[in-house]
Amino acid sequence: MAVSGAPATPEELKARIEARIPGATAEVTGDGHHFNAVVSAPAFAGLSRIAQHRLVYDVFGAEVGDRIHALSIQTKASTTESIA
Amino acid sequence: MSDETTHPLREQIQTAIDENPVLLFMKGTPEQPMCGFSARTVAILQSVGQPFAAVNVLPDPRIRQELSTLSNWPTIPQLFIDGELVGGCDIVTEMYESGELQQALGLENAAAGEPAPEPQAPEAAPLSIENRL
Repeated sequence: MAVSGAPATPEELKARIEARIPGATAEVTGDGHHFNAVVSAPAFAGLSRIAQHRLVYDVFGAEVGDRIHALSIQTKASTTESIA
Repeated sequence: MSDETTHPLREQIQTAIDENPVLLFMKGTPEQPMCGFSARTVAILQSVGQPFAAVNVLPDPRIRQELSTLSNWPTIPQLFIDGELVGGCDIVTEMYESGELQQALGLENAAAGEPAPEPQAPEAAPLSIENRL
């Protein structure tokens, strides 16, 4: 599915996030270069924002900044009601 | 890759992080950001009245490579406060809107919860000049 050189799609990013992060739910929008991902996962509980975002970035490795030109991330621990 | 002494550039980056309490690695300069995400982060820091040092990663691609290796963070901008990576544009925006950024910076009476300020520079021009890895 992640064919190198093929344009990235929101559907691909969503599927890969949900496959890699246990229990994750992702809503991804984007134009093929700039993407926005809203990700909820129980795995985020107790982690700093930095650590949460790293889990999402790690799904894509070096593709971020290259094939996936920009990826904005908002994360939520799905077992807590609110971060704020 | 494991021998840190062979990476003078990485040492310079670490020194800059250690010596500047608030340091932003960005594309372009605060006066002339070359990317919308960097521009937004600059606008937030300026709106809370926080002086900060800035490093432009664009002149040498190795700066970005070494920074990302050191920080384990793939994107630019990157904001460091007291030597710790706080995050990129998304996290800085969230923390600004919740007031956590102002707390982390020690700005006691800064208002929280306001929408993040838009960069003053027109977006079209800076966004068109983004660099590649």
